[in-house]
Amino acid sequence: MSYIALSDRDKREMLAKIGISSFDELFRTIPENIKLKKLLDLPSSLTEIELYQYFKKIAAQNSYVDFLSFIGAGAYNHIIPYVVDYLSSRGEFVNPYTPYQPEISQGTLHVIFEFQTLICQVTGMDIANASLYDGASGAAEAVLMAHRLNKKTKILITGTLHPQYKRVIRTYVKNLGIEIVEIGYNEKGGVDFEDLKEKMNDDISAVVSQSPNFLGIIEDLKKISDMAHTAQALSIVVVSEPVSLGLLEAPGKLGADIVTGEGQSFGLPLGFGGPYLGFMACAKEFIRQFPGRIAGQTKDVEGKRGFVLTLSTREQHIRRERATSNICTNQALCALRATIFLETIGREGLKELAWQNIQKANYALEKLCQIEGIRRKFSGKIFNEFVLEFSGDLSKIESFLRKKGIIGGLNLGEFYPELENCALFCVTETHKRKDIDRLAESLKEALKGKQE
Amino acid sequence: MIREPLIFDISDKGKRAFVLPELDVPPREDILEGLSLRDEIEGFPQVSEVEIVRHFTRLSKTNYCVDEGFYPLGSCTMKYSPKINEKIASLPGFVSSHPFAPHDLVQGNLEVLKTTEELLAEITGMDAFSLQPSAGAQGELVGMMLIRACLEERGNPRKIVLIPDSAHGTNPSSAHICGYRVQEIKSNEKGTIDVSDLDQHMTEDVAALMVTNPNTLGIFEADIKKIAEIVHSKGGFVYMDGANLNALVGICRPGDMDVDVIHLNLHKTFSTPHGGGGPGSGPVGVKRELEPYLPVPIIEKEENKYILSFNRPKSIGRVRSYCGNFLVIVKALAYIISLGPQGLKEVAEIAVLNSDYVRKSLENEYHLEYTSPTLHESVFSDKLQKKDGVSNIDIAKRLIDFGVHPPTMSFPLIVHGALMIEPTETESKNDLDLFIDAMKQIAKEAKENPEILKSAPHISYVRRLDETTAARQLVLRWNK
Amino acid sequence: MYPDDFYYTKDHEWIQVKGNIATIGITDFAQKQLGDVVYVELPGKGTQLGFHQTIGVIESVKAVSDVYSPVSGEVVEVNDGLNGSPELVNQDPHGKGWFLRLKLKDEAELEKLMPAAEYEKFLEGIEE
Repeated sequence: MSYIALSDRDKREMLAKIGISSFDELFRTIPENIKLKKLLDLPSSLTEIELYQYFKKIAAQNSYVDFLSFIGAGAYNHIIPYVVDYLSSRGEFVNPYTPYQPEISQGTLHVIFEFQTLICQVTGMDIANASLYDGASGAAEAVLMAHRLNKKTKILITGTLHPQYKRVIRTYVKNLGIEIVEIGYNEKGGVDFEDLKEKMNDDISAVVSQSPNFLGIIEDLKKISDMAHTAQALSIVVVSEPVSLGLLEAPGKLGADIVTGEGQSFGLPLGFGGPYLGFMACAKEFIRQFPGRIAGQTKDVEGKRGFVLTLSTREQHIRRERATSNICTNQALCALRATIFLETIGREGLKELAWQNIQKANYALEKLCQIEGIRRKFSGKIFNEFVLEFSGDLSKIESFLRKKGIIGGLNLGEFYPELENCALFCVTETHKRKDIDRLAESLKEALKGKQE
Repeated sequence: MIREPLIFDISDKGKRAFVLPELDVPPREDILEGLSLRDEIEGFPQVSEVEIVRHFTRLSKTNYCVDEGFYPLGSCTMKYSPKINEKIASLPGFVSSHPFAPHDLVQGNLEVLKTTEELLAEITGMDAFSLQPSAGAQGELVGMMLIRACLEERGNPRKIVLIPDSAHGTNPSSAHICGYRVQEIKSNEKGTIDVSDLDQHMTEDVAALMVTNPNTLGIFEADIKKIAEIVHSKGGFVYMDGANLNALVGICRPGDMDVDVIHLNLHKTFSTPHGGGGPGSGPVGVKRELEPYLPVPIIEKEENKYILSFNRPKSIGRVRSYCGNFLVIVKALAYIISLGPQGLKEVAEIAVLNSDYVRKSLENEYHLEYTSPTLHESVFSDKLQKKDGVSNIDIAKRLIDFGVHPPTMSFPLIVHGALMIEPTETESKNDLDLFIDAMKQIAKEAKENPEILKSAPHISYVRRLDETTAARQLVLRWNK
Repeated sequence: MYPDDFYYTKDHEWIQVKGNIATIGITDFAQKQLGDVVYVELPGKGTQLGFHQTIGVIESVKAVSDVYSPVSGEVVEVNDGLNGSPELVNQDPHGKGWFLRLKLKDEAELEKLMPAAEYEKFLEGIEE
C-alpha cells in the first residue's frame, strides 16, 4: 500500500519549484557515510486485502478468546454498550491532536470537562485531570505528587497493591531519593493495621492503599486514611476496579487526599493490556502540584461558553525540568470511551453493574468453597474477586480446566510466594450463573480425579 | 448552530440508555454487612440513548481532524491514519485477550510484539526494543533510566544531562525525573548544535546528551557522528528523541549515527491516530550495551513458542502495567508491513518534498530565522508581520477561517513567534496549495487589514477564548 | 513611571524601605513582559530569605518566572490579596500588586541595587 497523494506530474512540478532535480537532493544535508545504501530489510509491502488476511491469521492464534475465563487482577471483562464503539470511532474524535487550538477542538475539550466531572463524582473528590497513561503510572504520579507537596521522602505502600503498580512506583522513584516501605496483610486479606501503625511516623509522605485490593478484599479506607493523617501523611487511594465505586463509598468521603486508578473497566476492551486509562483526582488545595492535562471552562469574545486546557504552566512545555510531570499526552480517546460508557449506563446502571458484580462473585465464592479441596483464603469482604486455596497441585488443576475450555483464576504463586497454591478468581456481570456452575462442576471433577 | 449543553444539564430522573440483563443469582444482603456503601451519586447523568448519540455526534462536529483537512502541526506528524489498521486492531483475538492470559493462548499477540520489535530495530539500526512505554515522554524517561542504570553499574551515575536549547520541553522534564540536572547547549547560527560549546560542556560529570535529529527546526545535525564521538570519549551516552523520524525512515538510521538509545512515537511516524491527545506509544530502542536494563517483561522465543520473560536481574523494572499500548502497536505494525521497505522510504522522500515545497512557496512572505536546508518541517516566524502588530497567534487563528489547522507555535524556544510547519507525506498538492494560498493571503491581510487577523477566528463554533479568565477563575468540573 | 523612593534589580523587582521593613514587588516592565498574571506563589510568614534567593513564582497563561528577593531578611507580611486577584500585579504593580514585606537583615545590601533613574536607563538598554 501507499498513502501518498501526489501524481508524477505533481512531484515534477514541486521539485522544479524547489529548484532541484532529484529526490536525493532533498537529503543533501545528510552526510553520505551515514546514508543507507540499500533498502531496509523488511517484508515487502501488502495490499489492504492481503494485510487483513495476514493479521486475521495472527489474531486467530489467540485462542484465549474461545475460553471461559475467570481472570481479572487489574484488567476486567465488562459489558460495553454498543454506542461506545460507535461514537468513539468517529474520525473527528480519532484523528485530532491534543487540543492546542481550542476554537477547533471544542469536542475533545468538552468531553474532557465531562470526564473530569464524572471522575470527581465517582471518586468523591474536588478536581480530576484529563487522564494519565494507566493505573500503574497513575499510582507512581500520585507518589511523586505527595513528595512534591510535603517534601517527605518515605512512602508506605500496602502489600496488597497490584504487584505491577508496586513495581512501577519503585521504578519511578528510584532516582529521586524516595524510599518505599511495604506493609503486610492480615488473615482477612486486608492491610495489617498493627504493621501500619508500627511503620507510621512523621517522616512518611504518603500511605498508598488499594481497594478492592489485589486479593479482592475491600479495605477499611477510613481507618487507613485516619492513620495517615495522624502523622501528617497523605492518603493515596488506588482503585483498579472502579466499577466497585457504583456501590462502595467514594474514597473522597473516607479521607483520601489523592485518588488514582485504572479506568479500563469503564468501556475499554481488555486489549491484551492496553491502551488503558489512568485517572486521578485530588482535593482542591493540591491543584498546583497536580500532574497531567486539565480542561477548564471559559468564555469566548462574544460571551459564549467554551473550554480550554488550563493551568498549563505546571506542564513540561513551559516549566521544562521543573514541571509537575513529564507527561505530555493524556489518553484522550480512552477517556472519551469512559465518558460515553458512564453517561450511557448512567446513575442506575453503574449501581446495578456494581450490584451484579458483588452478587455474582459472592455466589461463585460460596459455590466453589463447597467443593472439597478448595478453601476460601481470606475472610475479608470481597467485591468481584476472591482468592481460593487448593489442596494439591494448582497447575494440574489448571490444565484439567483447560481441557474443559475454562481458564480458572490467576495463579498467585508468581506474585506472592507464600500463596503458592492459591488463585485469584474474578467474576463479573458478564459471567452467567451457568458459567459459574460450569466452573464449579469442572473443579469438582478436577479435584475428585486428583483424590482417586 | 446548537450550543451543546453539558450532559449533566439535560439529565433527569428515570431516563436510561442501557439496561443490564437481570441478575441470575439469588441476591444476598449479608455480603454487604460492615461495608461503607455510598448514597446515590448526586448529579450523575441519567439520559436516553438518542440523547447520548446526538450529544457526542454534535460535539464531534466541533473538532477539526486529519480526515477533514490539512494539519501541519510541526513535530507532531499529523499524517493520514489508514482505516484498515483500525479494523485490524479490532479483531476479536486482539481486542478480547486478557494481559494475564496463559502465554500459549496468546501466541498471536506475542508474535505481534516480537515482530514489531524486530522491524523497529531494522528501521532504526538499533539492537533491541522495548514496546512498554505508553507515549513519547514515557519513552524518554525509560531511555534516561537505562543510561542511569548502566552508569550506576559502572560506578557513577553522573549528574548532568546536556540538552540543546531547541529541544522539546519533555526532554529536560524527563531528565529531571531521572534525577539529573539539565545544562543547555546553545545552537549556532545555522540552528544546529554548536560542537565547540558541546565540547566545552562535555565532562565526566555528564551522563548523556539528548539530541533530536532532525532537530525541531527541521535541520539535520550533520555533525552527529562527531557529536557522538565527543560524548562517547568522556564516557557519556547519546540519547536521540525520535519524534522526527519521519524524515529519515529508509534514508538513514539512528543506530548508524552512533546513537545509543532512541525513543519513537508510533503515533507520529507510524501513523497510529492521535485520538485528541492519546493513546500513543513510545517504544525505546537500544544498542547491545543497554539491553540488559530494558523494562520487564521481555518477549523471548523458546522452541517456536513466545514467552514473556522476567529473568532480567539488571532491568530498570516497569513503567506501566502489562505490555504497553498493545492495540496501538498492532496498528503501527500493520502500517509498517503494508508499506514495506520501498513504501517507507517514499514516506521520508515525500515528507521532505512536501515540506520543502511549502517552505519555498512561503519564503517571500514569512521570515525564516534559520536559513539552513530543512527536512520534514520548517520553522517560520512572525517577524515580518510583527511590524504591523500581528503575532503568530493571530496568523494561526486566521488560518482556522481558511479551513486548515494552525502550525505549532509553543516551541522551539529559540525562534520568537514560531510557526513550525510539518506537512507530512500524505498531503495532496492541491491541499498544500490551498494552505500556501491561505498563508499568502494572511500575509497580505496583515499589512492591509490586521484587525481581521486579531479578531480571528470568525467562523468557528466558538470565537477566540479567554484563557486568562480560565486560569484565574478555575472552573474544572460541572456543579449543580 | 518608576517611583523615586524605590530601589530596583536587574531581574525587575522593586523594593521600598521604611525603617527596617522592606516591601517587595515586580516592576511595571516585568508585568508587561509577563502579560496577564494568573497566579503568584509566595512563601509563608516567618520564612528567612537570603540575598537573591527565590521567593516565589509568578505565572501568566503561557509563562512562568521566578521572583528573587533583592535583599535578605525575614518575611513579616504577605499580600494575600494576590490570591484571589492576581490581576492586581498587572493593574497596580508598584502599589496594590506588592508581594511581601521583609524585616531587613543587612541594610548594606541596598547599595547593590539601582535607584529609579539608573533602572530606567537599564530598561532603555533592554528595549533597544
